[in-house]
Amino acid sequence: MNRSDRDDDRWEVARELVQGLQGLRADPPANLRPAALERVGLADAFLTVDGPAGPLLVAYNGRGISATAPAADQAAFLERFQARFRRPLRPADRAPQRLVAQVERFLEPGRRGAPPRFDLRGVSAFERVVLAKAQEIPRGEVRPYAWVAGELGRPAAVRAVGAALGRNPIPVLIPCHRVVGSDGRLTGYAWGVPYKRTLLAAEGADPAELELLGRRGTRFLGSDTTRIYCYPTCHNARRITAPHQVRFRGAGEAGRAGYRPCLDCRPPSAAR
Amino acid sequence: MDTQQELPGRLARDLDGAFEALVRDHERLVFGLALRVVGNPADAEEVAQDTFERAYNALAGYPAERVAAMRLRPWLAQIALNLARNRLRRRPPPTRPLEDGDGGLPMLAAPTASDPAEVAERAQERDFWAELLACLPRGYREAVVLRHVEGLPYAEVAEVLDRPVGTVKTHVHRGVRLLRVELEARKERMQR
Repeated sequence: MNRSDRDDDRWEVARELVQGLQGLRADPPANLRPAALERVGLADAFLTVDGPAGPLLVAYNGRGISATAPAADQAAFLERFQARFRRPLRPADRAPQRLVAQVERFLEPGRRGAPPRFDLRGVSAFERVVLAKAQEIPRGEVRPYAWVAGELGRPAAVRAVGAALGRNPIPVLIPCHRVVGSDGRLTGYAWGVPYKRTLLAAEGADPAELELLGRRGTRFLGSDTTRIYCYPTCHNARRITAPHQVRFRGAGEAGRAGYRPCLDCRPPSAAR
Repeated sequence: MDTQQELPGRLARDLDGAFEALVRDHERLVFGLALRVVGNPADAEEVAQDTFERAYNALAGYPAERVAAMRLRPWLAQIALNLARNRLRRRPPPTRPLEDGDGGLPMLAAPTASDPAEVAERAQERDFWAELLACLPRGYREAVVLRHVEGLPYAEVAEVLDRPVGTVKTHVHRGVRLLRVELEARKERMQR
């Protein structure tokens, strides 16, 4: 083999080498692009978790949970999601176990898991404070729309509060169902009043009892030993035994009887 | 690439609207580079995801003029390379790097001629090249991957590796020579 043959061989090998290396260019997995967009919140995936009133669809992206819906309603959910957020939404190919565990722990009755992170882009500043206020209502309790408005320092904004709760993108996880009419009626729920009733019952509130009280005109329950009055579902009100329970039709009546509002559930005071 | 030219401007004007195009145009490079460094597709996918997330957050924080003037390809490659190296540091792969100049690369099993499926053969061939490449010292390997697997011009390879162009060229040439020597040796062994 002479020198030039060896050079030719060398050149051949080098060419083969470069071609071999070029053949290593790898195709990215099909999942990479949608998953990358989901990470930064430009697309969402959804999964199903066990909700208190049946299976629940939960849409999420890297910024947090963005929407929920009853699982029976999947087609409508996809449509509504597109219309509102204008982002792609697809079923999660691998459910992120941490998220599922966190949501289910959060929803578990009796236990108080930390709330998951929520993605509230597209929710106005006013809607956000209303939703934050709804999140302060403990499980198993309810408050009237007027209470939310009053707590926000806008007692006249009762309708606006109702509208903001109606636009809650993450029902169940953000408990807008814990806000009810002043007379105890379960007015208005995006997924239907029966769903709201089931949710409240699952949380340990007694919707039928609540409506009955409301129909009879009872707004607050007081204790004749502490001389404090509460919303009927307040945990303090539930500790009042029957012989000591006093019913009030309004804050004025309670005030005139010498009762003061509970510091936990914060019903309106007679002065207001 | 047309989009390479206009993409920074689009990102500067509308990050959310243009970001998918950034991922589309660079996912192959970012994933491929990560794969060659970390060695397995699952980790490479994680690295690629992290790369795009980091890029998005960075772009969201930069002033528009800066975004509009960016050279995205070397920038993304550099992020991917750094993240891949970090991951590797936490979990090193079971390969044995060679020192420059001495000895050859480990003997690789010759592809079995009896394998009928062309697909399998091609996969085997890729494995062969990947294994060959994985045996290079890291500095050479990264330069060779950027130049010859991903096809970046030397100027961009230099930018990604943060080294002078001359140094990078030397590394690519030395890397290729090491690979060639081993390839020749292997061919001779097979011919015997």
